[in-house]
Amino acid sequence: MSSRFLPETCPAFDSIHLGGGTPSLLAGEYLAEILDCLRSCFRIGDNCETAIEADPLDITDEKAAFLKAAGFTRVVVGAQSFDERVISFLGRRHRAKDSIAAVNVLRDAGIENIGLDLIYGAEGLPVSAWISDLDEAVSLSPEHISCYCLTVEDGTVFGRLASKGRLKVSSAEAERELFLAGSRFLRDKGYIHYEVSNFASAERHMSGHNLKYWRREPYLGLGPSAHSFDGGRRWWNKRTVRGYCESLEAGDLPLQGMEHLTEEQSALEMIAMGLRIRVGFKLDEVILPWIDQQGVDAMLAQGLISCAGRIIAPTVEGYLFADRLPLEITK
Amino acid sequence: MTQIRNFCIIAHIDHGKSTLADRFIQKAGLADERTFRDQILDNMDIERERGITIKSQSVNLPYRSSKGEEFELNLIDTPGHVDFSYEVSRALASCEGALLLVDATQGVEAQTLANLYAAMEHNLTIIPVINKIDLASADIDRTREQIEIDLGLDSSSALLCSAKEGTGVDAVMDAITEMIPPPSGSPDEPLKALIFDAHYDNFRGTIVTCRVFAGKLKAGDIIKLMALGTTHKVEEVGVFRLKRDARAVLSAGEVGYIIAGIKTVKDTRIGDTVTLASNPAPEPLPGFMEVKPVVFSSIYPVSSDDYRSLADAMEKYQLNDAALTFQKDSSAALGLGFRCGFLGLLHLEIFQERLEREFDQSIIMTVPTVMYKIVLNSGETLHVDNPLYYPDPVNIKESLEPFIRTRILIPDKYMGAVMELCLSRRGVNSRFSYPTPGRIEIQFEMPLSEVIYDFYDRLKSTTQGYGSFDYDILDYRKSDLVKLDILVNGEKVDALSQIVHKDRARERAVHVCDRLKDEIPRHLFKVPIQGALGGTIIARSTISPFRKDVTAKCYGGDITRKRKLLEKQKKGKKKMKMIGSVSIPQSAFVAVFKTDEKEK
Ligand SMILES: Nc1nc2c(ncn2[C@@H]2O[C@H](COP(=O)(O)OP(=O)(O)OP(=O)(O)O)[C@@H](O)[C@H]2O)c(=O)[nH]1
Ligand SMILES: [Mg+2]
Repeated sequence: MSSRFLPETCPAFDSIHLGGGTPSLLAGEYLAEILDCLRSCFRIGDNCETAIEADPLDITDEKAAFLKAAGFTRVVVGAQSFDERVISFLGRRHRAKDSIAAVNVLRDAGIENIGLDLIYGAEGLPVSAWISDLDEAVSLSPEHISCYCLTVEDGTVFGRLASKGRLKVSSAEAERELFLAGSRFLRDKGYIHYEVSNFASAERHMSGHNLKYWRREPYLGLGPSAHSFDGGRRWWNKRTVRGYCESLEAGDLPLQGMEHLTEEQSALEMIAMGLRIRVGFKLDEVILPWIDQQGVDAMLAQGLISCAGRIIAPTVEGYLFADRLPLEITK
Repeated sequence: MTQIRNFCIIAHIDHGKSTLADRFIQKAGLADERTFRDQILDNMDIERERGITIKSQSVNLPYRSSKGEEFELNLIDTPGHVDFSYEVSRALASCEGALLLVDATQGVEAQTLANLYAAMEHNLTIIPVINKIDLASADIDRTREQIEIDLGLDSSSALLCSAKEGTGVDAVMDAITEMIPPPSGSPDEPLKALIFDAHYDNFRGTIVTCRVFAGKLKAGDIIKLMALGTTHKVEEVGVFRLKRDARAVLSAGEVGYIIAGIKTVKDTRIGDTVTLASNPAPEPLPGFMEVKPVVFSSIYPVSSDDYRSLADAMEKYQLNDAALTFQKDSSAALGLGFRCGFLGLLHLEIFQERLEREFDQSIIMTVPTVMYKIVLNSGETLHVDNPLYYPDPVNIKESLEPFIRTRILIPDKYMGAVMELCLSRRGVNSRFSYPTPGRIEIQFEMPLSEVIYDFYDRLKSTTQGYGSFDYDILDYRKSDLVKLDILVNGEKVDALSQIVHKDRARERAVHVCDRLKDEIPRHLFKVPIQGALGGTIIARSTISPFRKDVTAKCYGGDITRKRKLLEKQKKGKKKMKMIGSVSIPQSAFVAVFKTDEKEK
């Protein structure tokens, strides 16, 4: 459906990412079918990064072999933690040993880029516990590690638990220490801290797909509530599976909403996303009109950003303020 | 003209003036079921939200008496709160009579007295009306007694009514036609119309509300506004019947409006006399007493670029609020603005809110002060109503501050608590009287500066709503004053400076530091806030910096949400004032002079 609406000039896709929920749950045949379908509908480049998010319990020898054969180049294992206290707190069914097994199985199957998703800040555990968790992860030599600070927001399960006092919430100060200690540890181990929550063992192991979001490159999202961006417009699909399917069956694009970005909005996004990544963003003529030089100077003085060759980038300390920096340095 | 009656309804706050006006309006058939709503004359949003009348409103009512006679009643509903007494005094000048309402559950209160005296000064016929008789707690006998003793009126003439339920309203209307004299003055004399209110309409210019005392006027006439001598051609005259209702002529004795394409706001002065250019009156009407503001505060546009637009809005605003006085002012921290004078703190608050809502101005107000007299060593006396102009203490020989006499009426069981409140506000020379059993009137001499912040709120809460108070300015007395400066991140914010009594300085400083701590958002750095007398720091607080501000995940679907949040935050930031590298929200400037919930 979407392919019919893509312009002729659309370059070949260089990344496919199956995520959101646990696509690994699908039987191998379906996964292969999805990839085949994509390949027949869209122009897919030769060295296309093809990634999938997987639950540790879904990774069997068989599934791993299947993923490799189907052409997946990258598998992100939702390990969450190697600390049983944290895993059970998060209500996951797997155990630490399942994640370890999954990584080994994937490795044996020949998957070259294995990622681990970790969560910290739960149960008020100290920095030392977090570091030993990371140490466990690093011992598996994953090419990629994502470290997410546990987010307690109103309206989420954790938010409800926290408001009932059933959840030990870390203070901003504690979260900050965990963040900095984790970053230092992984960098010492040779990882590149290339985005607020993401680390890669080498440039080529960074998530090419996610970098598109942060560098404002176009992407096409398929499936309910998936978002898309073509450089000037953003649109998002219907949220429910039912609504989504009904639109498709009626021959319509399953759109929920769309926005056309103004120059200022585009610049603001460029700045906000650029301030999440190590490579930062360039102060070109599109961005400059919106920049507040005094703010830039103040943030430089505080060591939250660096500025070299007209590139502004956050420091590791600056990552901690990625949501605030865009306010400070724009007019 | 013999069938015209001009009257206003006066009372203490909440005694039911606007509700009684509702009944009159319904009897006159001006509002049908679809258009009617309670307190229909309170048409400003801010009046409806707060449930109080702020502006006097006039309305023309056709009325057939119980004897079958046709009348035209010009009613003016007035506000009860003391801060809007200037509205009342101007209404009084346009009437021959007044209904003095007394709530039968509350009895005579401070503004009942004050408004009665004002009406007597204008020689108005006064009809006492006891309202809210439907309530179980109504004490009609006691209220009669208070009318007799506290007010010195003949209580046998007092009418009983329930404005809410409509009982007794016919009798009140008949009494208006029978007791209040018709207006005098001849339509054949040269025109004399008193402007007692006005407002600016973007399409039609200034619309003037006036009482015609002599002569007549119609569309096409050339009028002269006597104060400035400007002339204008009348486009329309008419009366208010909830809406403007055009008439062919307005003649002596009537109350109505004039539209004359007056586009220059400054041409119109409240209290001025309108006459005909071709046959002018020899001299203008006496006009109104000059307003004497008691509370002063400066206002500044949040964005300095908006100064012109603010200046324009102020002029238009003043047309509709004759009690406001202002002049230019400037501050190092906040730029160009205006120094304004108000009749009280509620007046100030309403001004700020209306200016923002009706005129779309984003402003910052400074701490309200009274007018001090400072005698310098050189012998010169300065009148200082603005901390910016407080002289260097080494040059000061002595300082004086205005004192008032407060009259506080309360049920006697609150006496102890109210005494304590007054003493804590530096009250002296107390006197007591017992006008009627169970009630006490306390008089105190107090510095005015002690009542302008929150005295009324405190009195109300101390007496569970039963206390009322009024005051007269007495004199200036020697005082020990200091100037309290506030430093934010090491920078003095002149707009936060205050003149305070020496003994109260620390308390004020602590209050300000605490409030600013709550109001100023966190920054990426630590923000110290200090209160200082000269070079001595007497209070401090610190706003701790952000330790982190980042969401862990930001992928394809999060970008739009993130951007929208940023856009909102940027808007919020634009509304803040930058002092050095600290952004201070508008609300912080207001919060420093608001009572703390904790302190209450
Ligand atoms: N029970 C009862 N309540 C009344 C009566 N008259 C007025 N009220 C109520 O008293 C409150 C105040 O009435 P308003 O008419 O707004 O009083 P007001 O004198 O115009 O007040 P201000 O204009 O603010 O001075 C409202 O809640 C009315 O509903 C009455 O006769 N009986
Ligand atoms: Mg009212």
